Amino acid sequence: MIKTDIVIIGAGPTGLFAVFEAGLLKLRCHLIDSLPQPGGQCAEIYPKKPIYDIPSQPEILAEDLVDKLMSQIEPFQPGFTLGETAQDIEKKSDGSFVVTTDKGTRHHASVVAIAGGLGTFEPRKPDLEDLSFWEEKGVEYIIRDPEKYRDKKLLIAGGGDSALDWTIVLADIANEVTLVHRRKEFRGALDSVKKVQALKDQNKIQLITLAEVSALNGNSHLSSVTVAQGESERNIAVDYFIPLFGLTPKLGPMINWGLEIEKNAIKVDNTLDYQTNVPGIYAVGDVNTYPGKLKLILCGFHEATLMCQSAFQRIHPGKRNVLKYTTVSGITGFDGSLKKAKKSTIKTIE
Amino acid sequence: MDVKITVIDREGVAHPLDAPTDMAMNIMEVCKAFELPVDGICGGMAMCASCQLYVLSDHELVEKSPDEEAMLSEALHVKENSRLGCQIPMNEKLEGLKVELAPE
Repeated sequence: MIKTDIVIIGAGPTGLFAVFEAGLLKLRCHLIDSLPQPGGQCAEIYPKKPIYDIPSQPEILAEDLVDKLMSQIEPFQPGFTLGETAQDIEKKSDGSFVVTTDKGTRHHASVVAIAGGLGTFEPRKPDLEDLSFWEEKGVEYIIRDPEKYRDKKLLIAGGGDSALDWTIVLADIANEVTLVHRRKEFRGALDSVKKVQALKDQNKIQLITLAEVSALNGNSHLSSVTVAQGESERNIAVDYFIPLFGLTPKLGPMINWGLEIEKNAIKVDNTLDYQTNVPGIYAVGDVNTYPGKLKLILCGFHEATLMCQSAFQRIHPGKRNVLKYTTVSGITGFDGSLKKAKKSTIKTIE
Repeated sequence: MDVKITVIDREGVAHPLDAPTDMAMNIMEVCKAFELPVDGICGGMAMCASCQLYVLSDHELVEKSPDEEAMLSEALHVKENSRLGCQIPMNEKLEGLKVELAPE
């Protein structure tokens, strides 16, 4: 079991910055995120888009903001459970919590901070009959280990970056790769589009455009898919069908945690510390709601900061503490590192 | 200047709205401003289709950008009259516009 002071659910900007503020109070954090990388929406939805309302950053790319936050929190050595969804929460008799993911990873902490943004990113699924029957039997939405597809026959559907990127990677690994897309135009990095064009020209992949998968066929495991192109239909033998139509956020398992939900967000009682109706569970950033709420990264930073002060009191009841300024005190990392302003030099002028 | 538009929600309830045209809002934002159940997850970058709607009146709308075309080609429940609300700026010409929110 992973043990920490604060388990943070959601590794977007708010969750990441909470690690920093907790670290200043000598509290350790561990982050859980359903995505395979930190950064939340900034990394998953719009990494290459600029943000203009981060204080002191006239313009910053979402992915650069994530990189800078990761570097800022490095001294506080956060732990990460990535690619797993926080599924269950259990309150222990001593008031602490155990958070268990869908993969069974258990995390024990005195405080839980939900910084879950819009929720867990779940794959957008095609509208096909019996789709759920074929899940785990040849239909896969997320590629975790490309080696699984070595020497297999794959059909990938989609026209965005992930469909293009995985087509490129899997073309070298799989026996056959077919890419099916509803349009001729692909929305992806220019480089990826060119690579897929080259793979097609070299007959390393089969590309079928203006087409979509219309049926899934097989017995106990998927054996072929039907691809409709205009009026014509054809069956293509496959081991796996991988629809990559992007991810869409859902509040997910948290909805069953006994927290007050309002407008698809977690209601917090006050703006003093952003605690939920369950003492010890806080909600910060886009996931929470309260009168006057604004879903802005900069508000998430503020909320995370106040939440950490309250978490400190919960973890160390009655312990006296005072707000420190990093310019004065510097930053002492859990790795023993020290970042500190240089001492001023005082010299006499005769 | 406000214009009157009608948004039909996913339960079939029609909401007549007085939508401002001077706040640089798009239809997704107008829906949010009136607390209709539109998520606008990506904030208006034509990257999520959570503001997909069907245009029921015959207003002439701004043409689809390549981004909107691409998103609609991947989204679900897409019909001939599907648009992304975030890509349609509010203006005076939209007086009487009638749209219906697409299923989530």
